[in-house]
Formats: sequence, structure tokens, C-alpha cells
Amino acid sequence: MSDASLQSPSAAPARKGSLHRQDERTRKRNAAEARFRGYGIAAIAVGVFFLVVLAFSIIRSGVPAFTHTVLDVEITLTQQQFDEAEAQLFKTKAYAGYFNATLTAELERRGISVPFDEAAIERLAGKVGGTLREFYRANPDQLGQPVTFELPASSRVDGYFNGRVSRDTLQESRFLMLADLDLVDALSEAGIIHGTFNWNFITGADSGVDNPGGAGIGASVVGSFFMMLVVLFLSLPIGVAASIYLEEFAPQNRFTDLIEVNISNLAAVPSIVFGILGLAVFIQFAHLPQSAPLVGGLVLTLMTLPTIIISTRASLKAVPPSIRDAALGVGASKMQAVFHHVLPLAMPGILTGTIIGLAQALGETAPLLLIGMVGFVARGYPDGFIAGFTEPNSAMPAQIYTWAARADASFYDKAWGGIIILLIFLLTMNIIAIILRRRFERRW
Amino acid sequence: MYDAPQTQREVDLTQTKIAARNVQVYYGDTHAIKDVDVNIEDKTVTAFIGPSGCGKSTFLRCLNRMNDTIDVCRVEGDILIDGEDIYDKRVDPVQLRAKVGMVFQKPNPFPKSIYDNVAYGPRIHGLAKNKADLDDIVERALRRGAIWDEVKDRLQSPGTGLSGGQQQRLCIARAVATEPEVLLMDEPWSALDPIATAQVEELIDELRQNYSVVIVTHSMQQAARVSQKTAFFHLGNLVEFGETGQIFTNPEDPRTESYITGRIG
Repeated sequence: MSDASLQSPSAAPARKGSLHRQDERTRKRNAAEARFRGYGIAAIAVGVFFLVVLAFSIIRSGVPAFTHTVLDVEITLTQQQFDEAEAQLFKTKAYAGYFNATLTAELERRGISVPFDEAAIERLAGKVGGTLREFYRANPDQLGQPVTFELPASSRVDGYFNGRVSRDTLQESRFLMLADLDLVDALSEAGIIHGTFNWNFITGADSGVDNPGGAGIGASVVGSFFMMLVVLFLSLPIGVAASIYLEEFAPQNRFTDLIEVNISNLAAVPSIVFGILGLAVFIQFAHLPQSAPLVGGLVLTLMTLPTIIISTRASLKAVPPSIRDAALGVGASKMQAVFHHVLPLAMPGILTGTIIGLAQALGETAPLLLIGMVGFVARGYPDGFIAGFTEPNSAMPAQIYTWAARADASFYDKAWGGIIILLIFLLTMNIIAIILRRRFERRW
Repeated sequence: MYDAPQTQREVDLTQTKIAARNVQVYYGDTHAIKDVDVNIEDKTVTAFIGPSGCGKSTFLRCLNRMNDTIDVCRVEGDILIDGEDIYDKRVDPVQLRAKVGMVFQKPNPFPKSIYDNVAYGPRIHGLAKNKADLDDIVERALRRGAIWDEVKDRLQSPGTGLSGGQQQRLCIARAVATEPEVLLMDEPWSALDPIATAQVEELIDELRQNYSVVIVTHSMQQAARVSQKTAFFHLGNLVEFGETGQIFTNPEDPRTESYITGRIG
């Protein structure tokens, strides 16, 4: 180290001066660091701001979907009235008459008088007579006893209650007249009409375009569930087997390089491409049932596979080679080394990748549009486990898309509500991923 | 089994455990090991010394075919264990590695319990008939690894929770649990402190009674302390092989002398 004595003359003066005083260079450096911290905090603040705005707007727009307005009416129908109504030509009209009479009596009892006719009731609560008749024909033992009917109000009344429709903005139509709002106010004052939690939104199936009140996301949740089953049971074993082979067994040559590049490319292919591929292969060529969760699951499996393969390979790579050496060194075969030692250590990564892949697939809409999983599902729930795969159904994101595209503004609320449900599912899956990772992770 | 030229060499064949003849190793285009001939004796500690990158570890890994896991690695020549060519097509490396155990540079216990670490080899080779049998094997191996007294009360605690020296002795116990005939050690001290090193050195001297032990080391003092035979590698060549005492006191080759006296390496 002969050059230790050769101190450069220009460096010498910089070291002079008190340690208690910052020199110019240090001040600049500190300023740069402070600026960088500022940028970082600003970036995080922007991110958090948008997240909060997003969450707030989703919740604000979505919550109305979870409540709906109902008419609570207690009716007592005698056996004689039932027989009389059944004897008439327009039977449901007779029941509607009974309903109106009960409602009038109820309002009078509370000292409220407001004129209304059967047409107004129909605009408010739909075909009341039919509902009544169906109930009494199914439960004749309830005749002569007081029965409380909870009738869902129409979407316009719903909108009037949660502020979407007001007296100024209401367009008079066959759906709702201005005068009907007086009736609504009166019923509301009497406590007959009020908002309540809409269980049907969570458990029900999609409804017709003119009945937003009856629309529920339940059936499409079931559709998504069956699709995820297909995705999980196809993409996890195929993906993990492919990754283990590529990572641990395959020779390194041009062919495997090509496969690797292609897997990475597949992960970046737009999902609509997978959709049209599924349409061509699974439906037009293989003649699998259209709109079925089975086909949806197959298409989403194709989409999820690259994600799972990439994450599995990354977690296999992260297992230290010394573990493989150790296993081979005591005479384990390559397969034993992989399955006894490498795979368990890679498990947290594999599971996390799989669940993230599934969550991606759960939120995917575009391929489902192409294989027809956006149809109006009049049938609601499938008739059994096997039917769950093969019967036409919708999926959550496709259902949300369908609602958002419908004319009636109430469906817009439903779409937001559906997004809340979808996000709850995604959050749950992510939490499961975190729990699994914690559980399988070896901290020693 | 042996070819005529081999018998001309001055080796007592009755004791020879491993015989390497004309071994060449290539990593792709790199010629890593050149013309290595060596006889490793039974119940002896043989040390491979030499500067970094001289090929001593590579040669060691040829002895139980760990180099098979490296795609670009190619081995030529004959390596015979008890007169059988281990690179013969009929040889299953899995069986070979059960016979030729290995301890690695860095302690690499499985992230499992101490018991499972040692029991893994016997389990996959079906050495134990029942649980009691396996317990015996584990205890014997841990005793031979000179670690039984330290871990007997916590066999179910993780092997990775032990100290570095204990981990390495656990790895030695794991290697001897499969009843190998040869034990290869690739610088087993490199991660250990002087006290742990001394323990492992002592252990190797004990293991000599049952096994043929081959160690790789940088440290010449270590080789001098624990081995009976020493092989000096330089730039892929086996420069000199002989009695340890002779190599260190009276080397024949000038390169060996340079290395031992610290002029190269």
C-alpha cells in the first residue's frame, strides 16, 4: 500500500473545517434527500386519496342497492271473500279490490285521506292481486287470519325514497304519476311504506328489464362459484405440474426457452382473445353448452394458467439450491427431493399466486361476454351440482356489466351494489391468501 | 477389473475404496479437471487441498455424481468404487449417493425437526422396519455426529434453530444415518467458528474408523491435522498425492511447495 501517502492535494481542503458546520456539498445532499422523501410521501398521499375517493363513491352509490322500499299491509281475508273472488271472471282484480279496501281502511283509521285507485296501487307495488291470490291458493289455512304482506315497491318509488327521483324531476308516465307521490307520502306518514334491507338483492336472480326491484346477484354468485371451481381444479394441478417440470426437470435448451418466452407472453394476452378462442374451440368446435360456467371456467383457466405458472416457478426458484443438494446428497431421487422438500417450501408462494390468479379470473368480464354468460337468466339457481356447471348462468362481473348497460336508472344502483359484493369476494380471497401464506411459511 | 497400467502404480489395491483413472471434467467448453488419477483408501481421511477454483470441489462432486444436476457438466474417464464404475449406465445415482454420503460447505439442514432431518435418509431407503428401529438409527447417527447430548431433549425442535456448528454436525449425522461407506465433505468448516471447527475435526477423526472420508479444504493446517493422505490440486491438475506428512514436509513438486509455503494460492 505504497500509495497511501499519495494524498490528492485537491481532496485535502474539503476535509478541513468544523464538524459542527455543514459544508455546501452535505447541505445539497441533505436537501436532495429531503426532496426525495417529499416526493415519496406525496405519491403515497395521492394513492391513498384516490383509494379513499374510490371506496367512498362505491359505497355511496352501492348502498341503495341493499335497501328497498316495501309496503307493509296487514290483510285478513275470509273464506267467503276467497270463494267470491275465485268465482269471478277477473279473479286477481277482485283480490286487488280487497287490498285497496284494506289500505283505505288502514289510512282512514290513522286519519289520513288521500284519493287513489287500483291503477295507482299497481304503479306503486305492481300486480298486488296476483300476489294475494297466489298466497291464499297456496296457503288456504291462512284464511280468516291476519296476514302481513311485505310488497316491494316499484323502482320509481324506490328512487323517490333514496333521492334519485323528486317531484321536480319526475316525468309523468305509466310507471309513476305526480299524484302517486301524494299517496306515497301519505303511506309513508302512516308507516305503511318504508325502506328495509333487500335480502333479495343478495340471494335472488336477475330480473326483467322493467323490474329492477326484483334483481339479485345471488344466481350469478353461484355461477361465479362454479366457474372458480373449474378454474381451481384445472389450473392449479396443470400449472404446478408444468412449473415443476420446467423448473426442476426440463433440460435447458432452445425449446424450453421458447416455451418460457411463450408462457410469459400468454400472461400478457388480452383476455378477450381467450374469450374468442373459447368461443371457437369450446362452443363451436367441442359443442359444450353455451353460457355455461363450465365453458367460462375453461376459458378463465387458460387465462389463469400463465399467472400460476409464473408465480409457481418464481417460488420454486426461491427455494435455496442447498435444500435440493441436501436431499440428493442423502440419496433422494429428484422427484423425492422436489416433492418432500422443495414443493413444501414453495407452497406459500404457489398458493398466493393461485389465489391472486383466481381473483383475477373472478373479476374478468370480457371473455365471458364472448361465450354468452351475459344472458338474462330467468331460471335463477341451478338444479344441482352437475347442473351448476352445465346450465346457463351468469357471473358476477358479467351481471354487473349487464345491469350497468340497462336503461332503468335503478339498475345503475344495482351495478354498484354488485361491485360491492364482488369486492367483498376479492377481499376475502386476498385475506385467505395471506392466512395461507402465514400458515405455510416456515419461520425457521 | 482394473486395467493393466493401473496395477503398475504403487497402490495397495486391497485397501482402495475409490479409484479414479484419467478423469476429465468439462463445464461446457471449460476443461475443469484434467487427467486426475487417484486412489482413495478405505478407513482413511483424504484431504484435497489447493487454491480456489482448482477443481477440488468439482472432483469431489464427481465421486457421488452430484455433478449430474449441472446440465453443462460432462465427466470422462473412470471412477470406480469397490471396483465398480459409478458412471456406468446401469448405476442409479440414487443408490450411489446412499453409499457415498455428502456434507456440504454451508450447513443445510432441512427446515424440519432434528429427528426428521436424520430420519429422512433411512426412511426413503427403507432402512427401518418400524418406529423403534428408526429411533435407534436416529440416535446412533446423532451420537456418531457427536451432537446427541446436545439435542436429545429437543429432537422435535427445528434443525434450522441450532447454531452453525450444531447444524453442520446435524448434517454429518444425517449423512451417516444412511450407513454410507464413503463420506465426502466439501469444506464443512467454512461457516464455522474455531470451536465448532475443532469439534468437527475431532468428529472426522472418529468417523475414520468406519468410513472412508474425503474432505476438501482451503486450510493447509486443517488438512495436516485431520488427514492421512493429501492431494494437491492446481488449475485442474492433480499435482501431487501422497502421505500427508510427506506432502507437508517434503513435497516433490515445486508447485506444492509454493502453495504450502504461501507463494501461490
